[in-house]
Amino acid sequence: MQTFDLEAQGLRELNSTLHAQVDETNQTSWEITNPKGSHAIAVGLDAPIEVNIKGSTGYYCGGMNKQATINVSGSAGPGTAENMMSGKIVIDGDASQYAGATGHGGLLVIKGNASSRCGISMKGINIVVHGNIGHMSAFMAQSGNLVVCGDAGDALGDSCYEARLFVRGSVKSLGADCEEKEMRPEHIKILKELLAEADSDAKPEEFKRYGSARNLYNFDVDNATAY
Amino acid sequence: MSSHDENGIPFTTPRQSATFTSDINSDIRRAAATGIYDIRGGGAKRKVPNFDDLLFMGASISRYPLEGYREKCETSVTIGGLHASNPIELDIPITIAGMSFGALSGPAKEALGRGASAAGTSTTTGDGGMTQEERGHSSKLVYQYLPSRYGMNPDDIRKADAIEIVVGQGAKPGGGGMLLGQKISDRVAEMRNLPKGIDQRSACRHPDWTGPDDLEIKILELREITGWKVPIYVKVAGARPYYDVTLAVKAGADAVVLDGMQGGTAATQDVFIEHVGQPTLAIIRPAVQALQDLGMHRKVQLILSGGIRSGADVAKAMALGADAVAIGSAALIALGDNDPKWESEYNKLGSTAGAYDDWHEGKDPAGITTQDPELMKRFDPIEGGRRLRNYLKVMTLEAQTIARACGKNHMHNLEPEDLVALTMEAAAMAQVPLSGTNWWPGKSGSNF
Repeated sequence: MQTFDLEAQGLRELNSTLHAQVDETNQTSWEITNPKGSHAIAVGLDAPIEVNIKGSTGYYCGGMNKQATINVSGSAGPGTAENMMSGKIVIDGDASQYAGATGHGGLLVIKGNASSRCGISMKGINIVVHGNIGHMSAFMAQSGNLVVCGDAGDALGDSCYEARLFVRGSVKSLGADCEEKEMRPEHIKILKELLAEADSDAKPEEFKRYGSARNLYNFDVDNATAY
Repeated sequence: MSSHDENGIPFTTPRQSATFTSDINSDIRRAAATGIYDIRGGGAKRKVPNFDDLLFMGASISRYPLEGYREKCETSVTIGGLHASNPIELDIPITIAGMSFGALSGPAKEALGRGASAAGTSTTTGDGGMTQEERGHSSKLVYQYLPSRYGMNPDDIRKADAIEIVVGQGAKPGGGGMLLGQKISDRVAEMRNLPKGIDQRSACRHPDWTGPDDLEIKILELREITGWKVPIYVKVAGARPYYDVTLAVKAGADAVVLDGMQGGTAATQDVFIEHVGQPTLAIIRPAVQALQDLGMHRKVQLILSGGIRSGADVAKAMALGADAVAIGSAALIALGDNDPKWESEYNKLGSTAGAYDDWHEGKDPAGITTQDPELMKRFDPIEGGRRLRNYLKVMTLEAQTIARACGKNHMHNLEPEDLVALTMEAAAMAQVPLSGTNWWPGKSGSNF
């Protein structure tokens, strides 16, 4: 276990040290102390290492992550795991706006609640939120899975493309071109695996699935009022 | 046409309306027939005050010129030295603006890379991510960081020589993009992670930041990911140049790209292109003023774009305070876009060479703004690259000719004092005297 005191050693030193880790590194486990809400912690990582952040983080924690597993034992600021490519990021507390924005892959787990625009423009990432999510989540979501064990706010899945949205609780409202879809066995299978990976004991059968009605895929003037 | 009626009473001469022109009437008929607003490519086509409204005075008794082809007139420019450890060194102050793979074919992107590299300058990606063709053939490649984040990934970002955070585009300040289904080929669809054949919208604002304070943190994140090596540009439309440039610098930009309304786009509503934004000529001085007020002029570089066509335009932009310019539409014309040799095909598409702007439909006869494999075969990237290099060289020679005539041994030594304006509007916008006077509208201490 390597320990890094962010307050004492600074952000540039932290990220350059973590970037220096290669696939074959034997320094596979890192503990970051004193994060104190700093921004851009552990961004752009690209090695199969585990980074445990002891406290809350600011903006863009784990941004563009590849391969690494990042655990935040606190809450995360806006844009956590933005554009993640692979790996796993787990937030013990809540996540602010745009969690997992534009993520291409990997798994983001939020054990608390996520604020608005969770999974905005997601492009293949899987996101599991143990609590609730805010308004405009999965806006223009392209692909991947967003799993919400609690409730979803207003305008879920507005203008989404092929992303799958699973919500166990209530949905305050659906956004433009988002509709409830049939839950088929393959969806139960996906959910089961994601819930297990995210350490959730929710039952797949308790969820409803939402996705694009595909009515706005090609512009039609008669749909103009839908926007 | 008869001049009298059956009673010998003369008809009045038919008079076309200056309000309901034939262009306007055709717009109304098109709207009535389709129910959809007109989407097109390119920039503003309306006449606005532009660089043609400025003249250089040249040397005289009080200013002596430099000898053409003999005395040195430097054209190099360094971009991004403020925060980046590896700033971009350009041989010429003319860069290639961002244009997407998707809007353009792969070979067209390759040609832009070839031409720019041969001329010693940079090219820029676009909304479709980075292609091998472009990276491989561009010695200096600027990677655009756009709201859509199509194809965005840390590996490509680390291959870039600079990052350009796109906030706005001159053709459509406040607007996103649209790539119609016809151009979403398998490869484009895969790079953008979208179903084939759908109309693909590019968001108008970034998904994970809003406002200058967030932008500062976003720039920090990108610098951390790239190890503070490469410059970070911020591109804004010519909306509120004084404040936008101020805020971009405050957020930590190494360079600001400022795009006027004549700047092109792949596809947007015509109403947006023609009615939102400001002319390129009008946005330079406020931007330069912002940099000067911050003590950052020449430290944070200003790259101006939007309707730059010739070495004269380059020289005028630089005399008004820009560090470099970027060209997009002009580069496409150099590659062969809108060439009269395809006139009969433009006619079939209801257009004519020089006016064709339905690039979004993917039917470009020149094979440049298309993903159709047959049309793409018409375009040779090696020849295209050579043509672009030639054009860039000519523009540079033209700009040097003017600079030498003004007695400048570096393009950056051109100054507003070298210019006069032909019109009141241009004098006001460029803040240079109306020709034959020592006055411009709004000049402090004047009687007006």
